Amino acid sequence: MTMIEIRNVTKRYGAATVVDNVSMSVEKGSVTVIVGTSGSGKSTLMRMINRLVPITEGEIFVAGQNVMDAPVTELRRKIGYAIQGHGLFPHRTVAQNIATVPQLLGWDGARIAKRVDELLGLFNLDPATFAEKYPHQLSGGQQQRVGVARALAAEPEVLLMDEPFGALDPVIRGKAQDDLLAIQKQFGTTVILVTHDMDEAFHLGNQIAVMSGGKLLQCSTPEKILTEPADPFVQQLTGTSDRALKLMSLSPLKESMAPAKSGLGFTLPQSLSLRDALAEMIWQGADEAAVTDSAKSPVGSISMAKLLELGRKA
Amino acid sequence: MEETLAVRKLDRLGVVLVISGVLATALLPFIYVKANRIASGKPMLLTQLLDQPAAIILTLLLVATAFAALFLQNAVLRLAIGTLALAALIAAIGFAATAFTPPNSNAARMTPGGSFWILLGVVGLIISDALVKIRLTPWMRVGALIAYSALLAVCLTSGLLDSLSIMKEFATRSAQFWTEAKSHLLLAFGSLAIAIVIGLPLGIFCFWVPKLRAAVLQGLSLVQTIPSLALFGILMLPLGYVATHVPLAAELGIRGIGTAPALIALVLYSLLPIVANTVVGLEGVDPSVRDAAAGMGLTRRQILTGIDLPLALPVIVTGIRIVLVQAIGLVTIAALIGGGGFGIFIFQGIGQTAMDLVMLGAVPTVFFAFSSAVILDAVIDSIRGSAA
Repeated sequence: MTMIEIRNVTKRYGAATVVDNVSMSVEKGSVTVIVGTSGSGKSTLMRMINRLVPITEGEIFVAGQNVMDAPVTELRRKIGYAIQGHGLFPHRTVAQNIATVPQLLGWDGARIAKRVDELLGLFNLDPATFAEKYPHQLSGGQQQRVGVARALAAEPEVLLMDEPFGALDPVIRGKAQDDLLAIQKQFGTTVILVTHDMDEAFHLGNQIAVMSGGKLLQCSTPEKILTEPADPFVQQLTGTSDRALKLMSLSPLKESMAPAKSGLGFTLPQSLSLRDALAEMIWQGADEAAVTDSAKSPVGSISMAKLLELGRKA
Repeated sequence: MEETLAVRKLDRLGVVLVISGVLATALLPFIYVKANRIASGKPMLLTQLLDQPAAIILTLLLVATAFAALFLQNAVLRLAIGTLALAALIAAIGFAATAFTPPNSNAARMTPGGSFWILLGVVGLIISDALVKIRLTPWMRVGALIAYSALLAVCLTSGLLDSLSIMKEFATRSAQFWTEAKSHLLLAFGSLAIAIVIGLPLGIFCFWVPKLRAAVLQGLSLVQTIPSLALFGILMLPLGYVATHVPLAAELGIRGIGTAPALIALVLYSLLPIVANTVVGLEGVDPSVRDAAAGMGLTRRQILTGIDLPLALPVIVTGIRIVLVQAIGLVTIAALIGGGGFGIFIFQGIGQTAMDLVMLGAVPTVFFAFSSAVILDAVIDSIRGSAA
């Protein structure tokens, strides 16, 4: 089912065309990453969905409804919005920040308090410790989590994120990305995320939209972006030197393993990607490994030769 | 104990203050003894008064204060010694004035001299430096202001200072004094209120419409450069014209001289700091905060009242503080065009070469300006503290 439909959307500022006749659709419950260099129009495209930027031409539908048909504040309260540098209100506590949209929607106090506690727990922030703190008393990673929690407070079906992890250091960023994926799966939220980081796009996206100079160059699955780049620019952006490994990082080990064998000394968890499995086998010097499930019982096996074959260009 | 009496490295501010105090005490008179209000008077140094117990106690306490200011690390002790010296200073001038006043004389005037005022300033600075070092919370500073005002009130009402010239001037004009005090504060606070009502929306508007900003701010800066006396004068003509041609205006009390031109001029002077600080305060709000607020569906008005204004408030209140202190000072000049206020005493005193009368106008003006500054600083700090 299509959640967001963008039809022939154009944005012009005077003579400059910032977004040029873009059409794309986003499936319900998926993560779409819009990626491009700065000035490519990626943020502008996203900001037209909740009308922070007025649409010059074209139409955008969210859940089948034209965004121009609803009052603008009503539209925005139904769509979660998280930005780089979190944008938390510095004069309000963490709890008050998270309660912003529920309060605008007129939820009663008990329901808001329950939701705030639930979200803080979900983001590994103990409500007793964090609810009454002010944003400046939190670390960068904690601020970012509160920013996403605030965006999800009113249980929106759609979440827009503008470089949400841009200000975080690499270690915290990886953790934040994994948390986002887990929560997105749990709620079934449709996510549109803007970034200039191609690795982030491959890590998070079910669908990747590559933009340059206001044009949408390609919008497809990460595998297709790697194997069938529609444009030299897309190829350049994905990088050619490690595309085998990038492709392998997209497939889980579970789907490529051979039947279980006995007598294998080395084991790998089935949750690993092919790339991580390869790296682990190189490191350990193993030619073949047993694959185990979360209970550590063997469910399959994988050989080095098979892994190398899987990484080959189709 | 070692902590309390720990000797500190020679304090630079302390050195300057002690040298000023010593020089003033040695060279400038502590009190002038005059036969009447306009006589030149006989100057008396503090050292010439040492036959009086109060002067001896004062001298000892001043020496202790100098020692404390130079060497003592503990701010609470410095504060205590300084406060004692302040009390002794006020008591000593009161006792000296009483001692030199001939019995049953209403004409004789005992005027505090240069060394009294300088010592008052020096001891005041030592006290305020100690208060700063103690790091009082904003509202404790207001508490300290109230405590010192109460000390002053006790000195004034106890009759201790009744022989001083300034109190003699007060005694003959006490009814007028309170009338002028009322109109002084009414003019200062009234013009502030009007300036806020006009300036705050104007500032918000300037922030929203950048094209308007430069024009408005430059226009208001231009007003600020007009000398106050000239602005009062400039307003006389149009207001006089309005008063004679619009009957309603005259009924409302609008005339070429008096309260109306004073109020208008004060409002004009007050607009620049309020408008400019409102614009600067709003510009200081992180744009990503505003973007997030808009993206979550806050209306334009909710963003203004819930996000922009609370975050800009410390800067806006700083503008209000500037305006209030400025207005309390400027109102004195309004006396020249019949606006009333403490300026009445100042200009009467200048006209009659009676410096005591000038003091009767100047001292309360300084007191009100200083108190307003302390109170509004506390307000600003407490807003900053809670929002941080």
